[in-house]
Amino acid sequence: MKTALTIENVSFAYGKKKALDDVSFSINTGECTLLLGPNGAGKSTLFSLITRLYDSREGHINLCGFDIKTQSRQALMRLGVVFQQTTLDIDLTVLQNLRYHAALHGMSRKQANLRIQEELERLTMYERRFEKVRQLNGGHKRRVEIARALLHKPALLLLDEPTVGLDVPSRQSIVEHLHQLSKDNQLAILWASHLMDEIYSEDRLLVLHQGQIKAQGSVNEVLDGTQSQNISDAFHQLTQQRVST
Amino acid sequence: MIGLHFWRVMWGITHRELLRFLKQKERFVSALVRPLIWLFVFAAGFRAALGLAIIPPYETYILYEVYIAPGLIGMIQLFNGMQSSLSMVYDREMGSMRILMVCPLPRWFLLVCKLMAGTVVSILQVYVFLVIAWFYDIQAPEIGYLLIFPALLLSGLMLGALGLLLSSFIKQLENFAGVMNFVIFPMFFMSTALYPLWKIKESSLLLYNLALYNPFSQAVELIRFAWYGQFNPHAFIYTLVAFIIFMFTAILGYNPSKGMMMRKGGR
Repeated sequence: MKTALTIENVSFAYGKKKALDDVSFSINTGECTLLLGPNGAGKSTLFSLITRLYDSREGHINLCGFDIKTQSRQALMRLGVVFQQTTLDIDLTVLQNLRYHAALHGMSRKQANLRIQEELERLTMYERRFEKVRQLNGGHKRRVEIARALLHKPALLLLDEPTVGLDVPSRQSIVEHLHQLSKDNQLAILWASHLMDEIYSEDRLLVLHQGQIKAQGSVNEVLDGTQSQNISDAFHQLTQQRVST
Repeated sequence: MIGLHFWRVMWGITHRELLRFLKQKERFVSALVRPLIWLFVFAAGFRAALGLAIIPPYETYILYEVYIAPGLIGMIQLFNGMQSSLSMVYDREMGSMRILMVCPLPRWFLLVCKLMAGTVVSILQVYVFLVIAWFYDIQAPEIGYLLIFPALLLSGLMLGALGLLLSSFIKQLENFAGVMNFVIFPMFFMSTALYPLWKIKESSLLLYNLALYNPFSQAVELIRFAWYGQFNPHAFIYTLVAFIIFMFTAILGYNPSKGMMMRKGGR
């Protein structure tokens, strides 16, 4: 098992307001790590730092052995992201959106077509490749975004609350698919969520609150550490808030 | 291999911008209607009111429509440059700018690609305008239609870079209306697009100076001379320097550790 992401003593502030305070953790390949935290905990800031929208002044972020600041090209090549908001161009077709992403990652047309077919077929969306994104429902748009994030075969997949606003069947199917992906492809996943039923017993947990890591480890380790019966109680104890079920 | 990656990214971004432009038919129509109204209505009405002396690059007395045409070409590029930046603010709000920003190539290159894509779209609009103007009897020597291309490239890049710079300052889409009022209109009216410099000087020395140093004036003059097969070195250097300054500042604005993104707290 290799380390896909290492965060070392990262702190970040907006002016005087500290958003992240000495955060350290690591994620291995094949692991699905759920990042839990109430609103304002620092999840979005953490994602912005990993995707290099901001630079961290304190601490280090390392992706598959590459420093995100000094070796950003090599690091970003190994990163796939699904943002909370839809980032597809709704006036373009599924295929046009995916080809655009493939071009951004330097793929040839042939290579892109092959990968697009593979990823869309896996999500049973290949038949719909010529449809405009505007015509797809929320769940299908999400599937396209997941396919897009995987086109260039990243080692780490970042998911920022990818199931927000989806109906229960769509959500379940995406949650299952992502867990399977992590296992089958040895993909490391960092997944910001606030929904309990997205957590599987073999997942790892990271609880972030007020910019600090309050707990990390396997589901059982977090439960033992907080002496709780379930994740919801553990989360409540760590943050004084309830997670949605 | 890395060179190929750069090329594919440039092509990918330009192709997406062209697709978006062609799908948004109303954008294409309004981009053309605006200068055409100025040409057919405003210029026709002004023809009698404004007498023009012979000034370079023209070798004879010209109609006001002929004088104003390069200014309207500039207008197309000015609006397009601002619209591209509008699309960047929109992209950032919608998050698709973030997809571009996580692309594994230097950020300055991604911004240059975005700029180039916007400029290609504006040049497309200008050539459609030139065809319509041709049928309206506003014609330049044939060689001018070729020579205008590099001038359009530079002026488009300069105006696009200005838009890019503004987009790095603007946090939300709503603020863009202010940019329209405070950037586009003053830039257009305080320039040589509508009146020659000597005419402006007759009415106000302050306006004359503002128009003289307005980079949009220089872009319009660059286009005017190139369209008539001539090279205006002063306008060229001025436009080029303005482009470099705008571009450099815009790149700083999008730099993750130094830029305005940081101060804004981002999204």
